[in-house]
Amino acid sequence: MKQEYIISAYSENHIGLLNRITIIFTRRKVNIESLTVSESALKGISKFTIVVNETKDKVSNIVKQIDKQIEVLKAFYHTNEEMIFQEIALYKVPTAPLMESDQIEKLIRKHNARILEITPEYTVIEKTGHKEETQELFNGLNPFGVLQFIRSGRIAITRSPIEKLSEFLKERDALLAKIESKGKISKV
Amino acid sequence: MTTKEKETKRSQQQDVEITGSEAVIRSLIAEGAEVIFGYPGGAIMPVYDALYDYRNALRHILTRHEQGAVHAAQGYARVTGKVGVCIATSGPGATNLMTGIADAQIDSTPLVCITGQVTSGLLGTDAFQESDVVGLSMPVTKWNFQITTPEDIPEAIAKAFYIAASGRPGPVLLDITKDAQFGKLKYKYAKCHKIRSYVPEYPVNKEKLAEAATLINEAKKPFLIFGQGIMLGEAERELKGFIDKTGIPAAWTLLGLSALNSDHPLNVGMLGMHGNYGPNIKTNECDLLIAVGMRFDDRVTGTLKTYAKQAKIIHIEIDPAEINKNVKTDVALLGDAKKILRLLTHIVSPNKHKEWVKEFKQAHAIEDKKVIQSDLYPKKPGLTMGEVVRRVSEYTKNKAVIVSDVGQHQMATARYSKFTQPRSHITSGGLGTMGYGLPAAIGAKLGEPNREVVVFAGDGGFQMTIQELGTIAQEKLGVKMVILNNHFLGMVRQWQELFFEKRYSFTEILSPDFVKVADAYGIPGNHVSDRDKLDDAIKVMFETEGPYLLEVNIEKDDNVFPMVPAGASVSDILLSPEDATK
Amino acid sequence: MKKEFIITTYSENHIGLTNRITIILTRRQVNIESLTGSESALPGIHKITIVINEEEEKVKNIVKQIDKIVDVLKAFYHTNEEMIYQEIALYKVLTKSLMESDEIEKLIRSHNARILEITPEYTVIEKTGHKEETQELFQGLNKFGVLQFIRSGRIALTRSPIEKLSEFLKERDELLEKVETRSKLRKAN
Repeated sequence: MKQEYIISAYSENHIGLLNRITIIFTRRKVNIESLTVSESALKGISKFTIVVNETKDKVSNIVKQIDKQIEVLKAFYHTNEEMIFQEIALYKVPTAPLMESDQIEKLIRKHNARILEITPEYTVIEKTGHKEETQELFNGLNPFGVLQFIRSGRIAITRSPIEKLSEFLKERDALLAKIESKGKISKV
Repeated sequence: MTTKEKETKRSQQQDVEITGSEAVIRSLIAEGAEVIFGYPGGAIMPVYDALYDYRNALRHILTRHEQGAVHAAQGYARVTGKVGVCIATSGPGATNLMTGIADAQIDSTPLVCITGQVTSGLLGTDAFQESDVVGLSMPVTKWNFQITTPEDIPEAIAKAFYIAASGRPGPVLLDITKDAQFGKLKYKYAKCHKIRSYVPEYPVNKEKLAEAATLINEAKKPFLIFGQGIMLGEAERELKGFIDKTGIPAAWTLLGLSALNSDHPLNVGMLGMHGNYGPNIKTNECDLLIAVGMRFDDRVTGTLKTYAKQAKIIHIEIDPAEINKNVKTDVALLGDAKKILRLLTHIVSPNKHKEWVKEFKQAHAIEDKKVIQSDLYPKKPGLTMGEVVRRVSEYTKNKAVIVSDVGQHQMATARYSKFTQPRSHITSGGLGTMGYGLPAAIGAKLGEPNREVVVFAGDGGFQMTIQELGTIAQEKLGVKMVILNNHFLGMVRQWQELFFEKRYSFTEILSPDFVKVADAYGIPGNHVSDRDKLDDAIKVMFETEGPYLLEVNIEKDDNVFPMVPAGASVSDILLSPEDATK
Repeated sequence: MKKEFIITTYSENHIGLTNRITIILTRRQVNIESLTGSESALPGIHKITIVINEEEEKVKNIVKQIDKIVDVLKAFYHTNEEMIYQEIALYKVLTKSLMESDEIEKLIRSHNARILEITPEYTVIEKTGHKEETQELFQGLNKFGVLQFIRSGRIALTRSPIEKLSEFLKERDELLEKVETRSKLRKAN
């Protein structure tokens, strides 16, 4: 059964890696619902957050492929329930209807949105929330004519208290020490 | 009705249920494809099976390697102006196409490449002969697309031809999964004429046109440089009309060669690293540089720091991304070269520029004395590349299609062949692909079966695609092959001699007896090493019906001059090795 | 002089397009500061917002290359000043440190941030704003130990009242009518 999964991948480098990661999806004809590249809480480590709608088997295989990239420290996948996630959306509406009735104002209150900027011509509204929530506000505002609309990619953090990666990095160091690079191939 | 006509007629039936693979073949015929090049294999077998029923309407040439197929399609496209088509299977078949696709991308050659792909369910599983062809070809195609359902085939092919041929042409790749080839669809074909996200060319801006005309009318020392854009835009007559009216001397890039008659009085020669002396030094002396359908490649400009800084620059170009990419322009005329040159010719004043043109002639006299005479009429024993090229050109009355490979001989070919009609010089410019020549000559011969097609190749490059002798033999193609053998990878050797203290690291190459190799394929040939036997050897080659291989022994120290050293200014062009050591 | 530019790309198709675009940047060794794919106000039209730190000349050429991609409807570039933009950041801190002093609460108030979730173990804080603003809060909170942190890519709107693209699409349709595509290379028919 297909459902939404959030894939997080950590890396020390991100020039070029973005291609390597997205190509894994396109090769398999998997549509990327949202993609965000950002810093993590760990210095020098950036984080890719990718949302896909796929079966668990396929996602698990894709994550293995991502994990296999030399420059990827670690890739994880989670269901929505396992994560706290947010998106931000901006809406630009004409200022006139806002002045003429209180309907837009009511919408803003109801959806817990905020006004970012008002000019005589237009007003920019900001809302954070899940996609359904930002979409609902879009649908509410659209009868008044949304001039421009944009939504960010999803950002997400796990419900476990610490950044999973710090634990993982410790384990990775321990593992690499154990392997002690036997250099199987370099018999020369 | 002939079988061919019957097949063509059958291919035109609409609203019939057929397989995806048959739709591929029918769509190709609908786009006017007559000759295609390819190599079968597992994932493309359904298409080959469908081709069997249309083998008279659509001539398929079996090359000996997929790289041969794509270069042949390039050669075909370059001589005919049509879209070249090649077909390969998945995995290695597709990866073998990549060199040619990259070559076509950088040289703006319209191609439609069709690759088979594993069944869509196996995508991403590392199945047998699966590779991510769309991912691999992305940076080297104008557009690419994977087809996984049969219904998408006609539309995708229509789009592919439209994109490949319109605007600045380029290669397009369609990757078709096996299930899409096997599946059925209701076939209906409609050509593509518009894609909302794609503007092939912009309408001419009249104000800019007037600005350009003013600059041209006011210029005392105007200089026109042109590239392949003239031929891609079919603007040869307009170019001639423009220079005839304005009296502006014109020089060409390697790929612009043959767009303007070699003997035209205002044709002042080749630009760039191994171009002529006059065009290079005058680039830095002119007061107006009019660049048409060329992209200021670094092999043409030398260092940009000192390139035509004194001149105003007009750039006539179809691709907006080329404007101000390398050289800042004063007036950019975006659009189709044919339309722009025609409009411009109407509004500029007639002129002669006698004194200015004379300066080019004087520069030519210097080059002639220092370089050309000894290249074409050497006194020393041992043949030079220049004299062989010149004699072949003369024998064919400058009417042959001349194909070259990459290296020293390529420069000699460009400098010393003469042309009387466009689309007659075929070579790999931007990518500099050794091994291009022989398969491109196959495509050229199929595109121009009634003209002589001669390929000049070095001993190195010829061996990179030597297996295509098999294709020539099987298809009985009258390609005349001239191998200029100096027993070295000559261009690299030249650089080692001039810039690497004569440390000849791995440039000496052992070659087979090429005439014997040709003989093994049933292709006649001969060797020649002496000047007094050269004319006869050339005569026999052209008098022999069908393919012929002439192996010519060349002096190994026959270096290519003049030369603008890498990173130098075009005005610091060297006329001899002595200049280099100064 | 290098500075931040926001590149906005509109397209009807986006599978694979991200690659085609990022390849243009990576080939030129340009670092992508942030990349966001999202819908636009026009149905069926997708928008990719990229932030880079570069010289304007270079940005201009890059935008031309992006615009040249067959599937791209139009690419624009703007300076930060020309756009209204926001990012969102999430911060996870220990609930314990929140309980022990009122410092974190003060930070939340002064930065106009919001608490998204509190559990006995951890608390998630949300803040929207420009990068410097979300960064400032990170530094403030980090004294107490930020367990996890994430910031979205930038989203941006132009200061002109309407979606630039709608105008553009009208012009494009007119343009395509004007250019009689000669299909000049296809003599075959």
